[in-house]
Amino acid sequence: MKTLHKFHGGVHPPEHKAESNGLPIAAAPLPRRLVVPLRQHIGAPARAVVKVGDRVLKGQMIGAADGFISAAVHAPTSGIVSAVDLHAVPHPSALPDLCITIEADGEERWIEHQPLDYLAAGRDAVRARLRDFGVVGLGGAVFPTSVKLDPCALKIGTLVLNGAECEPWITSDDRLMRERAAEIVEGIKIMTHLVQPEQVLIGIENNKPEAVAAMRTACRDTGFQVMAVPTQYPGGGEKQLIQVLTGKEVPSGGRPANIGVLCANTGTAYTVHRAVNHGEPVISRVVTVTGNVEKPQNFEVLIGTPIGEVVQLAGGAKTGTSHYILGGPMMGFDLNNLATPLAKAVNCVIAASPALFPPKPAAVPCIRCGQCAQVCPCSLQPMELFWFSQSRNFDKARGYNLFDCIECGCCSYVCPSHIPLVSYYRFAKSEIAAQEREKRAAEQAKARFEFKQLREEREKAEKAARFAEKAAAAKATAGAEGEDPAAAAKKAAIQAAVERAKAKKAEAAAQAAGQCDVTPMAAVETPAESLSPCPLPPTGEGDLEPLRDGSLNPTESP
Amino acid sequence: MLSAILVMILLGVVLGAILGYASIKFKVKGNPLVEKVGAVLPQTQCGQCGYAGCGPYAEAVAKGEAAPNLCVPGGDAVAKNLADLLGVEFQPVGGSEGAGPKPKQVAFIDENNCIGCTACIKACPVDAIVGASKLMHTVLPDRCTGCELCVPACPVDCISMVPLEESIANWKWRYPVIEIKKAA
Amino acid sequence: MSSPHVLTPGSSVSRIMLTVLAALLPAIAAYVYFFGPAILISLTLASITALAAEAAVLRLRDFPVKYFLFDGSALLTAWLLALSIPPLAPWWLIVVGTAFAIVVAKHLYGGLGNNLFNPAMAGFAVLMISFPSFMTHWPTPLTLAQHTVGLGDALQVYFSGGLPGARLDAVTMATPLDTLKTQLSLQHTMDEVKRMPIFGTFGGKGTETVATMYLLGGLFLLRKRIITWHTPVSFLVALIAISAFFNSVDASRYATPLFHLFTGGALLGAFFIATDYVTAPVTPRGKLIFGAGVGVLEYLIRVFGGYPDGIAFSVLIMNAAVPLIDAYTQPRVYGHNTGATP
Repeated sequence: MKTLHKFHGGVHPPEHKAESNGLPIAAAPLPRRLVVPLRQHIGAPARAVVKVGDRVLKGQMIGAADGFISAAVHAPTSGIVSAVDLHAVPHPSALPDLCITIEADGEERWIEHQPLDYLAAGRDAVRARLRDFGVVGLGGAVFPTSVKLDPCALKIGTLVLNGAECEPWITSDDRLMRERAAEIVEGIKIMTHLVQPEQVLIGIENNKPEAVAAMRTACRDTGFQVMAVPTQYPGGGEKQLIQVLTGKEVPSGGRPANIGVLCANTGTAYTVHRAVNHGEPVISRVVTVTGNVEKPQNFEVLIGTPIGEVVQLAGGAKTGTSHYILGGPMMGFDLNNLATPLAKAVNCVIAASPALFPPKPAAVPCIRCGQCAQVCPCSLQPMELFWFSQSRNFDKARGYNLFDCIECGCCSYVCPSHIPLVSYYRFAKSEIAAQEREKRAAEQAKARFEFKQLREEREKAEKAARFAEKAAAAKATAGAEGEDPAAAAKKAAIQAAVERAKAKKAEAAAQAAGQCDVTPMAAVETPAESLSPCPLPPTGEGDLEPLRDGSLNPTESP
Repeated sequence: MLSAILVMILLGVVLGAILGYASIKFKVKGNPLVEKVGAVLPQTQCGQCGYAGCGPYAEAVAKGEAAPNLCVPGGDAVAKNLADLLGVEFQPVGGSEGAGPKPKQVAFIDENNCIGCTACIKACPVDAIVGASKLMHTVLPDRCTGCELCVPACPVDCISMVPLEESIANWKWRYPVIEIKKAA
Repeated sequence: MSSPHVLTPGSSVSRIMLTVLAALLPAIAAYVYFFGPAILISLTLASITALAAEAAVLRLRDFPVKYFLFDGSALLTAWLLALSIPPLAPWWLIVVGTAFAIVVAKHLYGGLGNNLFNPAMAGFAVLMISFPSFMTHWPTPLTLAQHTVGLGDALQVYFSGGLPGARLDAVTMATPLDTLKTQLSLQHTMDEVKRMPIFGTFGGKGTETVATMYLLGGLFLLRKRIITWHTPVSFLVALIAISAFFNSVDASRYATPLFHLFTGGALLGAFFIATDYVTAPVTPRGKLIFGAGVGVLEYLIRVFGGYPDGIAFSVLIMNAAVPLIDAYTQPRVYGHNTGATP
């Protein structure tokens, strides 16, 4: 048996697992309408590949992976696309995002789906399948699995499977491991095929003995080691679990692959198995519905199901429910709109009541008691980070390693002054990120500006050279005097175009103001008209040369 | 007496040597102030300061020829940073306090009315407008700095400035509100 | 509302402060038992002054008075100061000291959480420098006193400055530490001095028991995880080490480590003063350095310095070094300096 290591700090919030882990995962009924967000993973959002009115089949790709770090999204059921527009999505900002709405036809007709013989197919083919089947990390970060399982040149010695599920209240991984251990193990086999690790360690917190036993049974004869790790929040954090299982620390700013480790969630392994061995994309997930609901339980719910309907699966919220939390109580966020659809990242819906989640007392000044530093799993000094974040001293906050913070919430949990420490870190982090973005944009703008100046100067020089040449030629032939007739024609043509455009604009404005029966098509026609009859004479090599003040440079006339 | 004088002389020589060495060792090449000023400026290249872009303005500020409170898009924040950098007293942009940075905006070409004259392409300092003569032009929002220079250049007034709306991609966490004074 | 959505149940600043106050109760009881009820008058005066000063300043600063007044921090400052200065002194002494601690040392530096110096010790230092004569007369242990000073007598001492029929000198005396220093300077040997009735088994009579109660209170705070072991342990180890060194050099002139441990403010300082959150380092290594620094300075001041005890000045000196100590003792952050590169 391998020895386990410890991570610094950690807390023991009340677990509240028993409420929902007793009942098996139940299948959710098909909702009438599903709203599938295109951004369900870290990286570039998927690009919609269907349009309103399209008929889609269950499992059909409706959003394609766009860019390297991206993943596809799929129709959770068969039906008709009724909208591709902004809709509330599960995100702490409560801002809307692009979603595809599907009206279910109730037939649940699948696309043709076939397993992929991953041992015969190349590794790249397997990764491409994971990407096109929308497989992302279901532990919370929703990082595209196809990218994660591509360690490039880095040698992976250890594959860590994260079944720790350290957040209170959540039991979805627990139930999944108890009920579908064999399928999870099949998924792990695919992962090991892709990265060829020397050992596979499955970390499960020891408050889930049934899951540990089920996984041990399923892992018999595979060489995968199931490790029961101490129950301590945030023991399921990627960095912490790696530290507990291997004793190694992920370098700051790096990835686990830098120390030869890959870490994936057990739920992800399950979806890998479904995608590769069954050809089923990620169109559903197991979600815990708990808290102040009638019958807390885990459900397998289609992605895109409105969360209000998900709550109804557990008998609905009991009286006294004040709000809903998506995710766990330590890192989850408030839900603002029950029409928000379930996305791949949502592992838990908690109905909160003042009895279960007492309102936080008002904050008082930090007294530097240091309890936050004692529980910080990253050995940070949260009070210093707080001090510099609240005073917007971002350089200093960075100096105290703000970006090593994993936002686990341990510091806020123990703070006797009730300071929302993590909120300050998030604020500081996003401000710094925005500043960096702006700085990069400014640098690029500067570079482009300088390049443009350079180009203009070069063109000016070229023009001058050409002019000198022409002048010499004109002198030789003793050419005509006065204004070039071609230039005059050009000028007149431009004038005409300007007038036409002005008239159109005025007309359009009058129409928009006066009548409402103007069809959008009429407006669309305008540019074609205004462009096509434009009688600009060809200007040869000066074709791209813009006009200035409606007059033309004489050198451009043919 | 003599020893004291000797000690003082020796001290002077040693310290002088150290200073001389440091002036060679840590010699600053070029005028780093221009670059520092440039780094503070938003690089919109809008010319609202009266200079032909952020670079010339940075040079003028570094030389002391231009006031550090002329950057309109940067607002008071940039003016304050520049004043700090130059060690002069902060003067608000436009004479009155509270000229925050302008809300981020990008140019938008009404393609129905664009006549393809390329005037805006010429005016754009950062090559953020693409198109060709007689063909419709369009703004690349990622590149647009919101400088508004293309707006007056358009002969048919088809360019408008659209404020950049907050989306999930550019959303920022807010400053946590804890009103200690309201606590009771 | 942002995550986390749960907090440690019952954890609050006032709870911490009240726990520390509770940890002082055994020592106060022992104080009353050995030296009479005068200390209770000091504590009461200090508490009233502290709360009044706190309320006044909070009001001036436009803070919610009710919300902050009873967080216990002002009360703790008051108690620590009252326990550090002699009872049976004029009433205004403790009032001036407490008011200075709260108004100047605490609030002028920014209030709760922002003060650089330990308010109680700053108040003590002001009194020690301004009114040294009042600061050296301590009550005689009841077993040695010719009169028993009851509550009525004590009140009379506080508010009229003397006792009818008995001079104040009859019920007060110097502390064991002070006595030792004076007697040693009069060329008496350690053995002769130690035979004086004021000395107890290993410290001063009565004071050694009070000190033991501070130790017990400190262990209670350790157990409650209000304080960590770093500061008291490094403080006491440093004090023991340096006193053992001098004691081994010349036992007739330098008292034993045990004596130093159980006299003066050593144990009160180790568990209650040097562990003050706001004015002490937060990093574990910083706490070790801070504690050791206070321990060494405490010894040097009480043995070689001009004051009978050095806890206040040693704490204040080390307070000034805290930002520096914290900055240089940052713990290694996860994923840093592991040898692996990203």
